[in-house]
Amino acid sequence: MRTSPKVEQKFIQVVLYAFTSIAIITLIFILAVIFKNGIPQLSLEFLTRNPADMGREGGILSTIVATISLTFIALLVATPLGVGTAIYLTEYTVESRVTRIIRFGAECLAGIPSIIFGLFGFILFVNKLGFGWSILSGGLTLAFMVLPTIIRTSEEAIKAVPHAYRLVSFSLGSTRWQSVTRVVLPSALPGIVTGVILSIGRSIGETAVVIFTAGSALRMPTSLFSSSRTMAVHFYILAKEGVSMPKAYGTAAVLVISILIINIVTYYLMEKYIRRKS
Amino acid sequence: MTRLERNERLIRLSLLMIALSAISVLVIITLFIFEQGTPIMFKYGLKSFLLGRDWYPSEKSFGLFPMIIGSLMVTFGALIIGVPLGLASAIFLAEFSHRRLARVLKPVIELLAGIPSVVYGFIGLMFLVPLIREKLGGPGLSVLAASIILGIMILPTVISIAIDSIRAVPDSFREGSLALGATRWQTVRMVVLPAARSGIIAGIILGMGRAVGETMAVIMIAGNAADIPGSILDPVRTLTANIALEMAYASGEHREALFATGVILFVIIMILNTIANITAARQRKR
Repeated sequence: MRTSPKVEQKFIQVVLYAFTSIAIITLIFILAVIFKNGIPQLSLEFLTRNPADMGREGGILSTIVATISLTFIALLVATPLGVGTAIYLTEYTVESRVTRIIRFGAECLAGIPSIIFGLFGFILFVNKLGFGWSILSGGLTLAFMVLPTIIRTSEEAIKAVPHAYRLVSFSLGSTRWQSVTRVVLPSALPGIVTGVILSIGRSIGETAVVIFTAGSALRMPTSLFSSSRTMAVHFYILAKEGVSMPKAYGTAAVLVISILIINIVTYYLMEKYIRRKS
Repeated sequence: MTRLERNERLIRLSLLMIALSAISVLVIITLFIFEQGTPIMFKYGLKSFLLGRDWYPSEKSFGLFPMIIGSLMVTFGALIIGVPLGLASAIFLAEFSHRRLARVLKPVIELLAGIPSVVYGFIGLMFLVPLIREKLGGPGLSVLAASIILGIMILPTVISIAIDSIRAVPDSFREGSLALGATRWQTVRMVVLPAARSGIIAGIILGMGRAVGETMAVIMIAGNAADIPGSILDPVRTLTANIALEMAYASGEHREALFATGVILFVIIMILNTIANITAARQRKR
């Protein structure tokens, strides 16, 4: 006997509803656990004191400094490269074999797992170029990792600038570069910033790349060549080796809260500046 | 040629150089990994690498078969968990729920994609591993634990891409089907899903790529024994875990063998990415 379509519809709706609830509750559960156990650990002291006794005592200041410096270097390298590539692809060339190869390359780069970037950074920066486990090696490797994100969002942002802006600029006698720097880039800026912020989020949460290129020495970084431990690596070591669960939760909370804030800001900017226009 | 024109040429050339150097990053990475990893594969024979069952680096025995099987098992497991949940959520949010609910939940799900993988691994270690150990037996650190956590990790990717491709199906398709007297579910099953198929498949393949490449979360919960697991409650070691666990102290041929592991991983990922790109392009063309 065939079930009537109406019954089938009701049944499927219940199943879909149940599956969706499971998926969303699981994801929310993860956040809830981190917040419930982590937020009580947070205090001004936790954020402003260095870890002591392998992370059992003290705060996480040195890991925050390490995370920020790595991320800063990554963006310093990746932003000009990424935005430059996006400008070339959108403003300086027409669709051709070259642009297709460049886009395909960026797509491939986006899919490479972080452990491969880690291996690569380890062999090139840490060994061959002799930077050792350092902020510099880690930052450069992270730059390669976030490059595809910056290229893609900048491209979208530049494409979303209305064509009429360029026409007006050309008709006033400006060169291509003048209209790019004075008309296109200023209006695409919020979108470009969005890509950069998104990359900050990825760099902060990355572990596999950083542990092989920046090492995991638990001390305050003093130069580009100091080995240092980021928040994500610190959390991984605390949790994996069971050093201190309260400190692990505290670190995880700081990590997750910063990433959530970054992603919410990005989402807001995207809605406001990219999706509306295009 | 005026000064401005000359400048303009110079700028075009430097931008081209920048664009090419961005791509050369991919080339350099590929070259380095292959340069470091392939010589040892040919020295001991490709067959003994891919099909050898014993991984004893100190005795120059570099069989990667257990790790290849391990990666395939947890990836397949992740798909079994992640695809039904992800697809159901996407269909529900795109076709059955109130627009307002979907407008709130989709960004929430996309935000969760940003949670670092170590956090997922940690939750698995604290909650899932003890649960499996007590209720189902075994060490808890297992294929099952890794599959479930990876399945959850790929949810945001699968849901968000599937929603986008379902929404990209023109409303006229739905209206035509509903006008013929089909129910909402019949319309989804017979009209919307077939039309959105390529996009959904591309999303699943991207999720697969994420599961194959995931490292830190897997290390924390998979147990990492370099044997072929006999059941889903046994520990397992993936290709990524093999690299990450031993890289810190490996040297000489051992290190080269880890790069060889990287080569195999790289090839698997590239195949998956190419398939995803082609399917996504097919969807766009339509």
